[in-house]
Amino acid sequence: MARKISNTSRWGFTILAWGVALLIFFPILWTILTSFKSEADAIASPPKFLFFDWTTQNYAEVQSRSPYFRHFMNSVIISVGSTLLGLLIAVPAAWSMAFQPARRTKDLLMWMLSTKMMPAAGVLIPMYLLFRSWGLLDTRLGITVVLMLINLPIIVWMLYTYFREIPSEILEAARMDGASLKNEIVHVLTPMAVPGIASTLLLNVILAWNEAFWTLNLTTSRAAPLTTFIASYSSPEGLFYAKLSAASTMAIAPILILGWFSQKQLVRGLTFGAVK
Amino acid sequence: MATRHQNTLARLMVAPSVLLLLAWMIVPLGMTLWFSFQSYNLLSPGMERFIGWTNYQYFLSDPAFWTAMANTLLLVGGVLVITVGGGILLALLLDQPMFGQGIVRILVIAPFFIMPTVSALVWKNMFMNPVNGLFAWIAKAMGAQPIDFLAQYPLMSIILIVSWQWLPFATLILLTALQSLDSEQMEAAEMDGAGALSKFIHLVLPHLSRAITVVILIETIFLLSVFAEILVTTNGGPGYQSTNLTYLVYSQALLQFDVGGASAGGIIAVILANIVAIFLMRMIGKTLE
Amino acid sequence: MSMMLRGLMGACAMTALAVPALAETLTIATVNNGDMIRMQKMTKPFTDANPDIELEWVTLEENVLRQRVTTDIATKGGQYDIVTVGNYEVPIWAKQGWLTALDDMGEDYDAADILPPIAEGLSLDGKLYAAPFYGESAMIMYRTDLMEKAGLEMPERPTWDFVYDAARKMTDKENEVYGICLRGKAGWGENMAFLTSMGASYGAPWFDMEWKPQFSGEAWKKALTDYVAIMTEAGPPGASSNGFNENLALFQTGKCGMWIDATVAASFVSNPEDSTVADKVGYALAPEGEKPQMWLWAWTLAVPSSTDAPEAAKKFVAWATSKAYTEQVAAAEGWANVPPGTRTSLYENPEYQQAAPFAKPTLDSIMSADLKNPTTVEVPYIGTQWVGIPEFQALGTAVGQQFSAALAGQASVDQALQMAQQISEREMAKAGYPK
Repeated sequence: MARKISNTSRWGFTILAWGVALLIFFPILWTILTSFKSEADAIASPPKFLFFDWTTQNYAEVQSRSPYFRHFMNSVIISVGSTLLGLLIAVPAAWSMAFQPARRTKDLLMWMLSTKMMPAAGVLIPMYLLFRSWGLLDTRLGITVVLMLINLPIIVWMLYTYFREIPSEILEAARMDGASLKNEIVHVLTPMAVPGIASTLLLNVILAWNEAFWTLNLTTSRAAPLTTFIASYSSPEGLFYAKLSAASTMAIAPILILGWFSQKQLVRGLTFGAVK
Repeated sequence: MATRHQNTLARLMVAPSVLLLLAWMIVPLGMTLWFSFQSYNLLSPGMERFIGWTNYQYFLSDPAFWTAMANTLLLVGGVLVITVGGGILLALLLDQPMFGQGIVRILVIAPFFIMPTVSALVWKNMFMNPVNGLFAWIAKAMGAQPIDFLAQYPLMSIILIVSWQWLPFATLILLTALQSLDSEQMEAAEMDGAGALSKFIHLVLPHLSRAITVVILIETIFLLSVFAEILVTTNGGPGYQSTNLTYLVYSQALLQFDVGGASAGGIIAVILANIVAIFLMRMIGKTLE
Repeated sequence: MSMMLRGLMGACAMTALAVPALAETLTIATVNNGDMIRMQKMTKPFTDANPDIELEWVTLEENVLRQRVTTDIATKGGQYDIVTVGNYEVPIWAKQGWLTALDDMGEDYDAADILPPIAEGLSLDGKLYAAPFYGESAMIMYRTDLMEKAGLEMPERPTWDFVYDAARKMTDKENEVYGICLRGKAGWGENMAFLTSMGASYGAPWFDMEWKPQFSGEAWKKALTDYVAIMTEAGPPGASSNGFNENLALFQTGKCGMWIDATVAASFVSNPEDSTVADKVGYALAPEGEKPQMWLWAWTLAVPSSTDAPEAAKKFVAWATSKAYTEQVAAAEGWANVPPGTRTSLYENPEYQQAAPFAKPTLDSIMSADLKNPTTVEVPYIGTQWVGIPEFQALGTAVGQQFSAALAGQASVDQALQMAQQISEREMAKAGYPK
């Protein structure tokens, strides 16, 4: 390191960065803190930051109203399921787009992305009618497929940008050696593609976990994920800040933890090949 | 020979996702198109009939339509400016040497993982509420009149909430891009006596341009369909001040249960989305080649 | 082949008979109001008595609930066995054949006990299509201490002018006491419920007999002007985002002097566990203008015709709206907390009268509501704080947005009324009125 950094400036940056970071994180922290307050403390003025009677009563109350664990499991199944299903379909597509680009590949990709901009509310009634006739209402299968379709464009595109960075000479070399297509995929491509696939997977689990329109409208109870769980708190009933906070904390905690643990991996994929 | 074989294979491999998306587009879209020419209200069944372009006429002449268009653009534009601008600044800051960089990064990325519904609920109730919210308390503590954000500055408040969710995304991509900047180049520039600002303009910004394009593209896709944040906080109001196109379609479809009108709105939104997509494609095409 | 099939089917039928009937699951869609959440916790006697019925709750916020339930019922999706709907929807939906008639609710049900104005609004051709869970009218809840401090005495039924005067005198913005809290959040079931009934009391209807919107009339101008003026002067900040629940929270924390809203709120503001002002609440009948302000709402339980378990569903509805349920709540949480406003017997019960000081004004308000004659002039629709046509949800919400904007100061009263008139004319023309 040629550049010398004085201790003072390092401390200066540290303080500034921590300040900004805490500011950005504060709403989440505040929600978590509030979830442990009594309803009266939650709206106390001046606000109570740390010195209040900590209680877990809100969590008990929230749990008594709707079965958290079932919603949680549904969220896990739906988000992971739709992502895996999406990858299954997208990997071959992205692979061939990256290595055998046709003239229209770019247009095709853009068209795929543009399907994401379709306003969901406009097609809800047709979808509802279809779901009803196919018996898919309130089934995990139905909602999994819909979320897969919604995120498929992003999955294809992320994988495409990833695969494009794999030097095709390596593939050619493998082919020269007479590797079969299967070998080519299993031994050459897969190891190089795994990081990209992993980060695509992570991002899409997050997107599917947080999707709140289709999940709310196409599921009722058996297949309902955490977005439905939170929907019953979206208007106040008397004093409700602490209960709202508890329900919110329960809904976001799993994905927040997953996100934190995998953030390095995630960030790599998020760049969509933008960083060379 | 091998090429032809491989081309066919390539087609076959692209086929499933293209066909699925095509079905996903065409089946509901076909139904939507069909409904858009019908007088079809869920609440009065048995009255369905073909009415030509009437639904389109009503949707386009709706007093809310142009407001919604403007709001959609303001919302997308506003959030893009804040997140890209703020993202660059934050990325520059986080790129500096400091203690506990890992934890800082974890704190900054957190909002990106939060469900839009949850973040809107939290902001609306615990921060922006003019009586019990934290902002109201701060205002009162400083002797000022609390601001009723969602009534007085509805669109701005929503832009703020959405920006909070997307700032981490922009920051992280830009930070990753920044870290790949060649430090030798930087040193060379320093040797030449370039100031911080000129370094930023001539070296850093061009280097980030690709990353910025990606941020803009991805965010636009998601921001065009912002919905939960509006539903939870303002319901599009007061008046139409925070109604965007997605919300307008929603209110036709699920408040009025006017399937015909909502379908017409949906079709119009799809057309607009495709215009945006073409526009974006041009932009991306240039930068990403 | 067909022999074998028949044999198989027979075998299946045998097995079905041999094993005890499998548990039936009832999916119940309900709104996140206090009384409903309480019911959810008190179903043990029902599930004990009916071990073959399992209950599955879907608790949603009112607007989301309405959207979900209407979508499902109108498309015959069959997702819900029991739905919570208002008395606005019941006649409209019953006419479409979307609801099952509830004419055989068991011997103990005593349908004749239901308050006549409520029962009337839930019936079509003499048949009940939904069972009222609780009913409400509007009344004034006020702080007796603040009223005294202002040197005023609340009459049994005040005039609007008295209310405005009292609101101004009670306001003490320094100490966060606002003289009057009214609904301002846009929505046909939020601010337009209040404003429709307030307008009617000023002699301002939604439509004349030719279904022509009336927002350009003088009566509406006066009503809306008064509403915006008093809320600006004596209302809480952020009033344009306040609905029933927000105002309840404000009143419970001692920030409102008066609150004109649904009678059902009385049991919440007088409950010392939730309310900091429980011992200082007085009640009066809703204000009077050209006509007394009328209001009639009931949250009811109905059985969609698309259910696959109509018998079990009816059984539950009968239980949840029975006298026995009322007694169960009374035993567990006290008489003041029972769901009000549905049965004559409740108001004749001395224990209830004793425990609920708001019993009499509630009953009086409900009994004085006339769904067919809400205002001074003749109207082609039924409804006091809503208009009984399918288009009203959308129209009410769109107009509500305009009035909410007027309250927020984003538009003038005249602009808001002009927009309201324009929107209503458009929507009515599109829906093909006069029909």
